[in-house]
Amino acid sequence: MKTAGSVGMDRFRKQRTWRTTWEGIIPKLLLVCALVSVLTTLGIVFTLIVETARFFEEIPFVQFITGTEWTALFSGNQQKFGVLPLISGTLLVTAGAALVAIPLGLAAAIYLSEYAHDRVRRVLKPVLEILAGIPTVVYGFFAFTFVTPLLRGTFFPDMGPFNALSASIVVGIMIIPMIASLSEDAMSSVPRGIREAAYAMGSTRLEVALRVVVPAALSGIIASFVLGISRAIGETMIVTIAAGATPKLTFDPTDSIQTMTAYMVQAASGDISFGSTAYKSIYAVGMTLFVFTMIMNLLAQYISRRFKEEY
Amino acid sequence: MAEQAVQTKPAIRVENLDLYYGEKQALYNVSMDVAENSVTALIGPSGCGKSTFLRTLNRMNDLIPGVRIEGNIELYGKNIYDRDIDVEMLRKEVGMVFQAPNPFPKSIYDNVAYGPRIHGITSKKKLDEIVEKSLRQAALWDEVKDRLKDRATGLSGGQQQRLCIARALAVEPEIVLMDEPTSALDPISTSKIEELVQELKEKYTIVIVTHNMQQAARVSDKTAFFLNGELIEYDDTNTLFSNPGNKKTEDYITGRFG
Repeated sequence: MKTAGSVGMDRFRKQRTWRTTWEGIIPKLLLVCALVSVLTTLGIVFTLIVETARFFEEIPFVQFITGTEWTALFSGNQQKFGVLPLISGTLLVTAGAALVAIPLGLAAAIYLSEYAHDRVRRVLKPVLEILAGIPTVVYGFFAFTFVTPLLRGTFFPDMGPFNALSASIVVGIMIIPMIASLSEDAMSSVPRGIREAAYAMGSTRLEVALRVVVPAALSGIIASFVLGISRAIGETMIVTIAAGATPKLTFDPTDSIQTMTAYMVQAASGDISFGSTAYKSIYAVGMTLFVFTMIMNLLAQYISRRFKEEY
Repeated sequence: MAEQAVQTKPAIRVENLDLYYGEKQALYNVSMDVAENSVTALIGPSGCGKSTFLRTLNRMNDLIPGVRIEGNIELYGKNIYDRDIDVEMLRKEVGMVFQAPNPFPKSIYDNVAYGPRIHGITSKKKLDEIVEKSLRQAALWDEVKDRLKDRATGLSGGQQQRLCIARALAVEPEIVLMDEPTSALDPISTSKIEELVQELKEKYTIVIVTHNMQQAARVSDKTAFFLNGELIEYDDTNTLFSNPGNKKTEDYITGRFG
């Protein structure tokens, strides 16, 4: 005997249909997709560690980290594996880039967030972000064929065709959009009420920007600096094209130098034999670079958490 | 007779004020005088223009693009929309307290010292004095004197609002504008702020926007009723609430709309 109630209950009974089967498979498929990138990352780190360990079987760690000569691509017993020249090259370019990008990026962010009319901002910000999408090889040739000749024709007539200075300037220009855009985001998220309070006490726009908005957004602004610097450390094409291939422990920006990244490009595109010490040195340098950028990224995260403002 | 004329000389005189947001007119031909050392309440339903009107008095509306103003607003006899007005100095004389407490994410001390600092005071001793005096005036000193270096955002809502009052007083304004200063506060904090308004009126001229008609009745000497951008009625608070001259005012204060 059928009652209306039992018919109703039947409708809710679980049935195996293509819909429920599919619904069961979907999350597993999605998980696999997510795992691909995680596993790739782990794979890369694993390879890096293994090859780096092999490198250190041949070259003592202390010699690598304190040596002041890097001649890895020389033949036979002229090879020296002291990473300091590559680190100094990287730091030189990074410091120069930061010197260019931090003031200009912050100034652009202040203009966009505090001065620009809505219409101007709506045009400028996307343009700035497009700048961030230009391939770095284009920046590299810009440095080599425009900035270097310009510098040699004006302030530094004695400078060589490859130099850290023009690479630093152009790496700086490359990271301006990133710093400007992230800092602007941080500054625009400062509540309007706080600005109004400052204006209502007779602040000028500049006072509101520098004494109220920038301090209130400081965690985001500093995080944008650190991320920008981290990009500069890892930047490859510009320095490979414009900064030269002469590993040198120097802090003179008009010198030709070599960065860690540029060495890796040079070594990997040269004719070193697979399994040689020079080959393994690519991984050791890569590991050093990875440690640098990872520290910067962790620092950025720490700063934005630790100094987060609550409004 | 002469003495009385001096006494009644208004701190603020508004004449035939029209205000437009782009094409849309928000205030229609508003005229009113505000006496020195008095509390004037602006009441009316949401969107009636009372906050807009308040913000014309320290030219905060300048910050909104597309605002246009016609008519006159005189402070102590000087038209504040004249070309030769220094807006920053005007805002120093006309302080403002906002609807929601908006302390800077700085220390309690730095919040109060912000105004004096931007107006050129650098002496630590002088700043200490101003901070203490302002916090005392805002009835907050005893609660925070041992933790002036603590962050202002850690205070309770009511304390934050009194801090904002102290911050506004620290630049020694003549006039203090308050835009629904208690709407975000609990009843106890609200009554503290109301007591404060009564004390402050001895030194300052206060104009306060409020949604709360009991509050207007409790704190103000005169009350202005706004509706749809027009000043409907402006009179002594007692008169306006007990014997309103206009039918619309009566409807509003008896709760028939709004």
